[in-house]
Amino acid sequence: MKNYKTIVLSNQEISPGYYRMQILAPGYDAQARAGQFVMFRVQRSLPPLLRRPFGIFRTGFLAPDCDGMPPKEFIEIVYKVVGLGTEIMQDLHQGDQIELLGPLGRGFDLGAPDEDKILVGGGIGLVPLYMLAEKLDNKARSRLLMGGRTRDDIITVTEFERLGVETYVSTEDGSLGEEGLVTQVLERKLQKYPQATVYACGPMPMLDAVQRICANHKAPLQVSLEALMACGVGACLGCVVKGAGHSEETPRYLCTCKQGPVFNAEELDWRQLDEPQQDCGGCR
Amino acid sequence: MTEMQGQRTTSVQRPRMEVEFAGLRLRNPVMPASGTFGYGEEYSSFIDLNQLGAVVTKGLSLRPKAGNPTPRIAETTGGMLNAIGLQNVGVDAFISQKMPFLEQYHTPVIVNFFGNTAEEYAEVAARLNDVPNVAALEMNISCPNVKHGGIVFGTEPQAAYDVVSLVRERLDKPLIVKLTPNVTDIRVTAKAVEDAGADAISLINTLTGMAVDVKTRRPRLANQIGGLSGPGIRPIAVRLTHQVVQTVKLPVIGIGGIFRAMDALEFLIVGARAVQVGTANFVDPNAMSQIITDLENFCIDEGIEDINDLIGTLQL
Ligand SMILES: Cc1cc2nc3c(=O)[nH]c(=O)nc-3n(C[C@H](O)[C@H](O)[C@H](O)COP(=O)(O)OP(=O)(O)OC[C@H]3O[C@@H](n4cnc5c(N)ncnc54)[C@H](O)[C@@H]3O)c2cc1C
Ligand SMILES: Cc1cc2nc3c(=O)[nH]c(=O)nc-3n(C[C@H](O)[C@H](O)[C@H](O)COP(=O)(O)O)c2cc1C
Repeated sequence: MKNYKTIVLSNQEISPGYYRMQILAPGYDAQARAGQFVMFRVQRSLPPLLRRPFGIFRTGFLAPDCDGMPPKEFIEIVYKVVGLGTEIMQDLHQGDQIELLGPLGRGFDLGAPDEDKILVGGGIGLVPLYMLAEKLDNKARSRLLMGGRTRDDIITVTEFERLGVETYVSTEDGSLGEEGLVTQVLERKLQKYPQATVYACGPMPMLDAVQRICANHKAPLQVSLEALMACGVGACLGCVVKGAGHSEETPRYLCTCKQGPVFNAEELDWRQLDEPQQDCGGCR
Repeated sequence: MTEMQGQRTTSVQRPRMEVEFAGLRLRNPVMPASGTFGYGEEYSSFIDLNQLGAVVTKGLSLRPKAGNPTPRIAETTGGMLNAIGLQNVGVDAFISQKMPFLEQYHTPVIVNFFGNTAEEYAEVAARLNDVPNVAALEMNISCPNVKHGGIVFGTEPQAAYDVVSLVRERLDKPLIVKLTPNVTDIRVTAKAVEDAGADAISLINTLTGMAVDVKTRRPRLANQIGGLSGPGIRPIAVRLTHQVVQTVKLPVIGIGGIFRAMDALEFLIVGARAVQVGTANFVDPNAMSQIITDLENFCIDEGIEDINDLIGTLQL
């Protein structure tokens, strides 16, 4: 866990409104685990005031230059432009200075190599699943289900396929892959692979549906959550979610940044969806 | 003069940075603001706690407190609103689980606390009074008094006087009282708190505010109203610090929107003996460390041998 100034290596639009940014990030390849995130300081001046959290898409090394210097270590993030911070980010270029705090949070538990795995990503929720897929030992027994509203929301498919992970695409408008919700596909896959462990990341309503399906099938589930956060290290208590067994009398709040963002489904109180959500849930 | 990573490397005489007040002796006047630094441990891998003037904990209550529903934070131009709802582990768990970590450092620990009733305040203070390595208590009086229709203690001079007096009876350690800015005339509260036996005053706590999501037409905080902090509140905090320094004899700790050494200097010049850094920690975990270094550099550049020579030197 470190904070340092670093530079952008590249920043490209990969689908309308979605960008992929490579950042020079010494130390991350050895340290970062699938499911962890970084707090990205968009610019040194204000606004935006607070850092923005982004999942780590992958880590790696650039092919060494011929100058005899050690190869450069990087991380990649994939982000959707939704507001002030990400609007500024989309204009960043190679060589621009930024600040990076991380790697932060609890990542995915990779589980045993000899079990079936189903990865479910909704829209931008795909991001942490790439590094997870990369780290899984038995890719032949891993399947990725990705869902989005339209074809523009289906990103980085080829990268997943290149890993040797079987991928299934569904869109709500039918513009790419199967028409409908990703959860329909999950239902079918769980019938086919009843012993599978499920990993999911996406908007809360999707996670809620995934949770109900997994509970019916008694399939173990890990989810990666998003929440508004200020610090990313467990100090501000802004990003809490209700833990299992939460009640007015025996409150049990968990920090998304520190105790998550990855949780086992049974650690959470799934009734929290009944409460008014922040407006971001539906759009991504 | 050469500069390397912000640290002057020449043989210039380093200025004296220690400050002393209310029985506290701090290696420099910079400390975190309550609620923005957890219990110290959260930031210990980013900043050496031994560098700080003091550590100030999240606010503690008699029993653990759940806090508010989410969303609890909202960014605003030049600041942020929070309605965390004073979620904390409770004073007993703090003493048994959090204090041992802080005891590894040589930095004075200031414990922030609050209550729902005057009796609760006094009980928390009494429990902390018996913890040897707690250097001082900071009393947050920006809390509603549940026994009196939820009126915030700090907004009623008499209620502030009564609750501080009650705590004073149970506490031998230095008592810092943290004032709310959400009052008509802060000088009246400051005087009441001084008369009740406080050893120091810290200010400001957050300013109450509200933000609306125009698409959903809902408040952006589940609690509707929250506390505004960050750079945008600094001029208000400087003004209030100035007014309180002019009114009471007690030492004052300045808080509000401090992001850089220049910001901290404003508070020191109007007469604060120390400063607390809050929201800036979220933006940059190294903020306090940089502020301490830059304060020293400022003193060197200005030929100031002792930072105390700067305190209260406002030219009018
Ligand atoms: C652990 C974690 C990992 C994340 N990973 C990614 C990722 O890989 N790619 C990606 O595009 N986004 C990711 N997000 C969400 C991302 O942080 C927000 O989209 C971003 O902060 C928005 O900043 P902004 O200034 O552009 O928007 P703002 O102007 O701040 O807000 C615009 C909209 O986005 C919503 N929003 C703001 N912050 C968050 C947040 N932290 N979480 C959810 N919604 C938010 C707001 O409610 C608002 O509706 C992640 C969030 C978390 C907590
Ligand atoms: C997330 C958050 C939590 C806070 N919690 C507390 C608290 O528990 N007790 C308290 O006295 N003040 C609390 N405060 C107020 C700060 O200590 C400080 O007075 C205020 O934020 C102004 O300083 P700043 O502008 O530097 O942040 C909190 C502030 C924030 C932003």
